[in-house]
Amino acid sequence: MNTEMIGIIATFLITLILAFPLGKYIAKVFKGERTVTDFLLPFERLIYRFCGIDPNKEMNWKQHIIALLSINMIWFVYALFVLLFQGNLPLNPDGNPNMTPDLAFNTDISFLVNCNLQHYSGETGATYLSQMIVITFLQFVTAATGIAAVVVLFRAFAGKTTEKLGNFFVYFTQTLTRILIPLAIVIATLLAFNGTPNSFAGKDSLVTVQGDSVQVSRGPAAAMIAIKHLGTNGGGWYGANSCHPLENPNYFTNMLEMFAQVVLPIALVFAMGFFIQRRKLAYVIFGVMTLGMLTFMIPNIISETAGNPAIANMHIADAAAMEGKEVRLGVTASAYWQVVTTIISTGSINSMHDSAMPMSGAMMLLGMMTNCFYGGVGVGILNYFVFLIIAVFISGLMVGRTPEFMGRKIEAREMKIASLIALLHPFIILAGTALSSYILVHFPDAGWAVKPSAWLNNPGSHGFSEMLYEYTSSAANNGSGFEGLSDNNIFWNVSTGFVLILGRYLPIIGPVAIAGLQASKKYIPEAGGTLKTDTATFGIMTYAVIMIVAALAFFPALTLGPLAEFFNLK
Amino acid sequence: MSSNIKKNKLFEGPLVAAALKQSFVKLNPRVLFRNPVIFTVEVGTVIMLMVTLYSAATGDKTQGSLGYNFAVFIILLLTLLFANFAEAIAEARGKAQADSLRKTREETPAKLIDKLNKTAVTIIPSKQLKKGDIFLCETGDIIPIDGEIIEGIATIDESAITGESAPVIRESGGDKSSVTGGTKVLSDKIKVKVTTAPGESFLDKMIALVEGATRQKTPNEIALTILLAGFSLVFVLVCVTLKPFGDYANTPITIAAFISLFVCLIPTTIGGLLNAIGIAGMDRALRANVITKSGKAVETAGDLDTLLLDKTGTITIGNRKATNFYPAPNIDKDAFIEACVLASQADETPEGKSIIELANLNTRLLPTEGAQFIAFTAETRSSGIDLPSGRKIRKGAFDSIQKIVTQAGNTVPEETTQRVKAIASNGGTPLVVCQDNQVVGVIELQDIIKPGIQERFQRLRKMGVKTVMVTGDNPLTAKYIAEKAGVDDFIAEAKPEDKMNYIKQEQQAGKLVAMMGDGTNDAPALAQADVGVAMNSGTQAAKEAGNMVDLDNDPTKLIEIVEIGKQLLMTRGTLTTFSIANDIAKYFAIVPALFITTIPALQVLNVMHLKTPESAILSAVIFNALIIPALIPLALRGVTYKPIGASALLRRNLLIYGLGGILVPFLGIKLIDMVLGLFM
Repeated sequence: MNTEMIGIIATFLITLILAFPLGKYIAKVFKGERTVTDFLLPFERLIYRFCGIDPNKEMNWKQHIIALLSINMIWFVYALFVLLFQGNLPLNPDGNPNMTPDLAFNTDISFLVNCNLQHYSGETGATYLSQMIVITFLQFVTAATGIAAVVVLFRAFAGKTTEKLGNFFVYFTQTLTRILIPLAIVIATLLAFNGTPNSFAGKDSLVTVQGDSVQVSRGPAAAMIAIKHLGTNGGGWYGANSCHPLENPNYFTNMLEMFAQVVLPIALVFAMGFFIQRRKLAYVIFGVMTLGMLTFMIPNIISETAGNPAIANMHIADAAAMEGKEVRLGVTASAYWQVVTTIISTGSINSMHDSAMPMSGAMMLLGMMTNCFYGGVGVGILNYFVFLIIAVFISGLMVGRTPEFMGRKIEAREMKIASLIALLHPFIILAGTALSSYILVHFPDAGWAVKPSAWLNNPGSHGFSEMLYEYTSSAANNGSGFEGLSDNNIFWNVSTGFVLILGRYLPIIGPVAIAGLQASKKYIPEAGGTLKTDTATFGIMTYAVIMIVAALAFFPALTLGPLAEFFNLK
Repeated sequence: MSSNIKKNKLFEGPLVAAALKQSFVKLNPRVLFRNPVIFTVEVGTVIMLMVTLYSAATGDKTQGSLGYNFAVFIILLLTLLFANFAEAIAEARGKAQADSLRKTREETPAKLIDKLNKTAVTIIPSKQLKKGDIFLCETGDIIPIDGEIIEGIATIDESAITGESAPVIRESGGDKSSVTGGTKVLSDKIKVKVTTAPGESFLDKMIALVEGATRQKTPNEIALTILLAGFSLVFVLVCVTLKPFGDYANTPITIAAFISLFVCLIPTTIGGLLNAIGIAGMDRALRANVITKSGKAVETAGDLDTLLLDKTGTITIGNRKATNFYPAPNIDKDAFIEACVLASQADETPEGKSIIELANLNTRLLPTEGAQFIAFTAETRSSGIDLPSGRKIRKGAFDSIQKIVTQAGNTVPEETTQRVKAIASNGGTPLVVCQDNQVVGVIELQDIIKPGIQERFQRLRKMGVKTVMVTGDNPLTAKYIAEKAGVDDFIAEAKPEDKMNYIKQEQQAGKLVAMMGDGTNDAPALAQADVGVAMNSGTQAAKEAGNMVDLDNDPTKLIEIVEIGKQLLMTRGTLTTFSIANDIAKYFAIVPALFITTIPALQVLNVMHLKTPESAILSAVIFNALIIPALIPLALRGVTYKPIGASALLRRNLLIYGLGGILVPFLGIKLIDMVLGLFM
């Protein structure tokens, strides 16, 4: 085994070892048990008093959803305002301009939904103020929104029949004070010590050995890069994201950032096990998610390290696909990142996905199409839950018993919601891609700022993959781009903006609603004929449901995109 | 399945003919609309018809050749007809089964008793009987309609309904007062009151259910239909978006290809068989001689957690029999036996009769002239006789006799107490006899456990169903029998309300409970239970309260009902899995066929090496159509249930129907393509 492989295996194992106690801690925080961070309690009380929140008032699932949507709405208006006028606001040493309305709309939505699709470049498109009080702020609060939503789900299955599922604002506040901010401080400090800038000074200029004069952007970057990963946000300080030498200076920071983006999604799975006292169920879910990750990662690493067969055919030794990759990080660590960042909706990059091999592209697309192998903070489990409900339903029928999960029957209403949410994801991806393909073919010369014929940098299958990737990334709230696509114009800004909204809120509301409906149902104790959901058999069943739904919905699109490219590559 | 389910061929000539006709009648879109998956196939068929007509009229070849379009149209039409046929044959079978039960009573003459002049009898056809009418049945008469005996006792041959040749006794009053239309009076004379109006009997209701007019979808079916509709919508989307994708790839896709892809992808297999499965479930129940009042009741049966069974007749054979007389110390055995016989003279219960049988005395010699018989009541829990000579003899449960004896200031001999305990702990029932407030001895009654019942309970336990024995016995006896028979729990010294309380208690804990009953005092518990099975011989009240009626009056029938319920759900689940798993192979047939001309590299995806794009698409659609009739027998018979635990069952079914569902179509499509290759 080579050093590069050992590097990523070590990264994963360290993540796993730290995620377990973190999960236990998270469960304790939300159960209200004693934790080391209890000294923050007076501070939290102050927040509640200041905001007029009664922390003891329990909410039902509908009230949770209303609370969640209301605060999101406020952030939307606030962020839009700052982005539109950032050029005139303070903390703009480089003199960057205001955002155009369509770009501001897209950026606002994109960060509000924890996606971080960036149609701008941080160095020139945003100011320090907007990077801090819009981008970084939203990276914290949207991650907290996702976690608070999943805690509602935990609560629904933790007890017997109940309508009361805790207080949304308490979950939200505690996520910030007890989890995100402390972890972000540690990671930001480590980044800063490894060379990531964290200052308010404007661009620096230096003269290279060659004698060229270079402008280097700076800013309070380390603080943002920490939460960008912890909150599975992914939006970079710099346009090149974590490929940029200041955003990701060395192999250690690369490991640190890979750790930071995976640790919370895994920890939350364990937290669920501790919270609802069904640890075996959590292990099975973790197992299925890991299996899903490996399903995409193994072909990805193989095709990246094997490189382009066309180059290998020219008898060039070690033809690993180095195009678009950082030499200091290497192929394997880039491949690991490619898969991790797509399965868990981070969307940060340390290599250019556009340059990846076609099979790797297919794996990244599938990672976002399934969107629940670990998945984004909080929302990953919510997405997984939808498939789990469908799996429970089908397998319940297969063993001759009315389907039930955690002692609650699954009936028409739950199936309606689960089917709708499972359907939504392929719907917005396929509809978006179909719309752009249609316009591209039938109106190539429409008189827009960027003519549709000029959207794609690559013709044929690869160009199709670029469009498919853009909508998949938006729908999965991932935020990474295949690039090679001229996306900062009104069509892409607006269409992906709507895909982003649909891809965020409905997949949160749906599972929370199912959990809320389930929680208020009569609890049926487990009997001999009950299908156990914490077994390997059921895990495989869930895995099969996730994979088959993705395969059935996306097979034709994948065939025309990365698969056609793959088979053409000889 | 046990042997009392009538076996007959799946496809009988006349039924098939009727079903074939129905397959066309059911093409009516207003009927098909209720089944969204199949309805969309019909829309596709109509479009293909129009494409075919268009290419025939214009000779336009851009949508493929006329023959190809026509072939696709015909295959789609066949798909529809096959799906309709599945439903129609299930209906026909259910109806035929119910009709054969009903036929006997249609045109039976009834001897109507005039309401005013009670002696006047007019003969009218049974159809004209109304609810509340009273009719007369004498030896040799066929009972014209369901009713309740209000006067008299008769032996009745119920073999027309139950298939059981031994005649049964039905009498007025008590729990055996119901008679069923179509059965024959073998002796004596009874007056019967009509309890249901013609056309409203349980059988009539069941026929209506099978025919679909009143068949409501069960909650489970609704949830599954939603899931299937969801899948269908995804495939609508896949097919619609394929048009601009095809445009982008410069690949024209014919309408026939779009519709073929769509019809292949949507779950037509389960969609076409869904109704048939539901009807077949009720039909299987009917074959087991159980009339269900709704499809939901059958499904609920599959979910049962707890089963309440009466001991007598279910776990033990018939009734207890006296096996021994144990006189108390210093009591002469013959004198004791005489006392026993005297006390049982008026006792009409089987136990009482068995005492006299065992004593084997000439009862006429016994002095019962002018004696007063004391009947058994729930309060005293004893019965007996007061002789003119002043002798008072009582027999009853130990504690009730002990009460009589101690109240009179006497004591129960230690030996008797020991004997009572010994009998009880061996599964027998001790009956203590006292004469003039002095204990004279103990009669031992023994239960005989039905052979094979242990295995049946074992099977239930493996299914995850808890069995509870209900008995009037004392706890010691009950425990002995419970252990010997292998039931999980028992209710001893049960009063009618105990059943009710037990059911409520189990339901409170979220469990589904089933019980069987026949008496009027069972009615509330039958209504409370999630599945209440009333014996056909039981009272009208009991039959109204339950949601199933067992024509065989067989208390172990619940076991079959549970299996039928489980089979019903399993058949739905496995065929859904099979249907969805099929899609993978169909994709590998159709998608390369669509794009192979413009992107030749996709030939690699044509793993089945299908000859031409057109034969690939036709093979997939033909497979999709043929799989429906191929699975009709499975839908009608149901997937075999094996009580091996939920996880093992899931593994087994996933292997057979999941993995099988992925592999079978690869084989099937390849074969069809090879056959097509001979003609194309």
